[in-house]
Amino acid sequence: MSREAKDRLAAGVTAIAAILCLVLAFGIAIALLVKSRPILATSSVSRLLLSSSWHPMKREFGLYPFIVGTLWVSGLAMAIAVPICLLTAVYISEYSHRRVRAIAKPLLDLLAGIPPVVFGLWGVLAIVPLVAALADRAGSFSSGYSVLAGGIVLAIMIFPIVISVTEEVLRKVPLDARAASLALGATRWQTTKHVLLRAALPGVFAAMVLGFSRAFGETMAVLMVVGNVPAIPRSLFDPAYPLPALIANNYGEMMSIPLYDSALMFAALVLLAVVLVFNVLATLVLRGLERRIA
Amino acid sequence: MRARRIEEAVFKMLMVLATLLVAASLLAVLAIVLIKGLPALTLDMVTKTPKGGYYLGKEGGVLNAIAGSLCLGIGATVAALLLSLPIVFYLQDEYGGRSRLAGMVRLSLDVLWGIPSIVYGAFGFAIMLYFGLRASLLGGIIALCLVELPIMARAMHEVVRMVPAELKEASYALGATRLETGRQVVWRYALPGVITAILLAFGRGIGDAAAVLFTAGYTDYLPSSLTEPAASLPLAVFFQIGTPFPQVQQRAYASGAILLAIVLLLSAIFRLLARRSEVHVLR
Amino acid sequence: MSHISIRELNVSYDGHPALKDISVDIPDGQITAIIGPSGCGKTTLLRCCNRLIDLTDGAQVNGSVLIDGVNILDPSVDIITLRKKTGYLAQRPYPLPMSIYDNVAYGPRIHGLKDRRRLDQIVEHCLRATSLWSEVKDRLKSPAAKLSVGQQQRLCLARALAVEPEVLLGDEPTSALDPISAQQVEKRLVELKGAYTIVLVTHILRQAKRLADYVIFLYMGELVEHGPAAEVFQNPRDTRTKAYLGGEVS
Repeated sequence: MSREAKDRLAAGVTAIAAILCLVLAFGIAIALLVKSRPILATSSVSRLLLSSSWHPMKREFGLYPFIVGTLWVSGLAMAIAVPICLLTAVYISEYSHRRVRAIAKPLLDLLAGIPPVVFGLWGVLAIVPLVAALADRAGSFSSGYSVLAGGIVLAIMIFPIVISVTEEVLRKVPLDARAASLALGATRWQTTKHVLLRAALPGVFAAMVLGFSRAFGETMAVLMVVGNVPAIPRSLFDPAYPLPALIANNYGEMMSIPLYDSALMFAALVLLAVVLVFNVLATLVLRGLERRIA
Repeated sequence: MRARRIEEAVFKMLMVLATLLVAASLLAVLAIVLIKGLPALTLDMVTKTPKGGYYLGKEGGVLNAIAGSLCLGIGATVAALLLSLPIVFYLQDEYGGRSRLAGMVRLSLDVLWGIPSIVYGAFGFAIMLYFGLRASLLGGIIALCLVELPIMARAMHEVVRMVPAELKEASYALGATRLETGRQVVWRYALPGVITAILLAFGRGIGDAAAVLFTAGYTDYLPSSLTEPAASLPLAVFFQIGTPFPQVQQRAYASGAILLAIVLLLSAIFRLLARRSEVHVLR
Repeated sequence: MSHISIRELNVSYDGHPALKDISVDIPDGQITAIIGPSGCGKTTLLRCCNRLIDLTDGAQVNGSVLIDGVNILDPSVDIITLRKKTGYLAQRPYPLPMSIYDNVAYGPRIHGLKDRRRLDQIVEHCLRATSLWSEVKDRLKSPAAKLSVGQQQRLCLARALAVEPEVLLGDEPTSALDPISAQQVEKRLVELKGAYTIVLVTHILRQAKRLADYVIFLYMGELVEHGPAAEVFQNPRDTRTKAYLGGEVS
């Protein structure tokens, strides 16, 4: 085969792979939609999303408790992670010694690779008893398997990625901006507060959103510590049952009860939709930032 | 004036505390799992498969899960690599990079990147049901490949984008085709980044439980064929910690330690490989 | 040696004209310098001669560039063979990510040469022609990226020579080099000119005066003046040329 022919063949292969990628992206949404049709035929979307009645045997599939549970746990994780990650990222990017930064980046990458199930193990070992003890001190009872435990474990799990992305966004703010502020006599913290964070705000926000959707979709680590009781949690010490855990736990029964599989596919679809919206938003913001600075 | 300095000092202290907290908690995760896991890590654990009564505390090991995880991880990573490379090459300017399709592909990769692995598991399961397949090694490999693909492709895309246009031009100016330039110039220059991308994806794949739960199933036997279910370390951990027997729970920590050790070891090896291939990068 | 003829060449980037109606003949076997203030289209003109302009997004090219009578801007032209004829030296040296030997051997290899002994000969010949041989002959297998910038640029020249071109195109090939390396590259180019047609873009007037046999002066995308170097430098006809040569515009 001539060189040109080989080149054209290779180009063709790349185009096919590109199309395949597109097909995949659409395919997932379509497949989940198709599998959700049976349950959507019996109940309206609002009933499914807002009803608290989860009785699969009676064909009742109210997803509300699970959605609320997911929001509680992810929300708590963010509440813990956002301030800590922001402070850490600013420290690494602006204040720390060059050597600290040199160790920090690869260390964060390494820690981002720890499997979720390991975080779950640690959660069961260290966090669940802690929460139980805390609850005891606070006067209420908790087995430890709770929203609080889930939130803490999730927060620690998303530390590496949120810190990494935030730090990178901060680094992208040009040195001149900092120099101008410092030259006017501002302290480092003032420069950070007024110049840096303001300039990097969209990027920082995008990093947080990325962290949130990672937390939202995490299955294993949360499942092991959150209690998995299908009821709306009333306090931090109550157990919860996030959507991913619901899908994972009931995979076994799903084929034996009618419509159960369709309900779980619908739950997966809801997860997909939420995470999609957040992720596309965050990525668009991050790309827009890049273009503006470049 | 003093207020500013106090504010600076306070925040600086908060920052240091936050950083220490992050470092401490993450290292605590590593430490506690290793400390709890190592005592239960006997030779049996890594060389034997579960015998009858293993989950009740009797003998055996998790070799089934170790082998299963490695097969799943390697299979999925190779598959994802075979798909990612052409996609990433397509996104270059001299191929389709400026076309509308390329814009849509970039968006698809961003979309796919954030999808939780449980959704890939559910999707994989739906597909398997449609084709009448049951839980198997192949099913798990496909589902994990879907999880790994966006991660690998995105990381590789970032690296290939960074190859200087002038370097490629130097090759084209000598009369090389895009394929020749891609194989001999772009590939070599981007190699360290590609290796890192593979590491990233592999680590994610081998540590994932949600995607393989539905699609690879579980078994007490070593992986024997693509159509039989396969065990995996994350699920081994999960099942063992769920039993009421303390000895079995101990083994869960040991399995977790094994998984961690594999991930850390691979990370070190890949990083070394990446460093050694940096020889050709222009400063 | 090849004869280059440019006829009514017009180039615009996304609608903004970069070259307007350029028609000029480039003499064989001599060093032709394209001079002019920055942004006047020198690099654009150069890149049309080996179709590297194709790689620039949004470039529209009209007119013809004839090399040995064949219009290379015609879409049916075999670009690979064309680029074999025209060697290219960029402003900053870009050694390929491989060993010194493989860098020089890259060109011949992709065009089909597999005979190891022939390749060895070509590599040695080209490295000698750029006076790199004595400096690198003991480390031909080491990565090219480890060479100094000056050595890298000479390597790029050797690499370009290895495919046996007839034309050498240089886009400010010494501007990234220290004075000694720049001098060495200049010397090599002068040695090569009998056997090759050399076209250099330069913004250093003194370099043009040192090297050029023929001069093309571009200003704001227009061909203002061209001719033998002695004539253009001593008796410029156009006021714009006079202004540029006198240092009023740079």
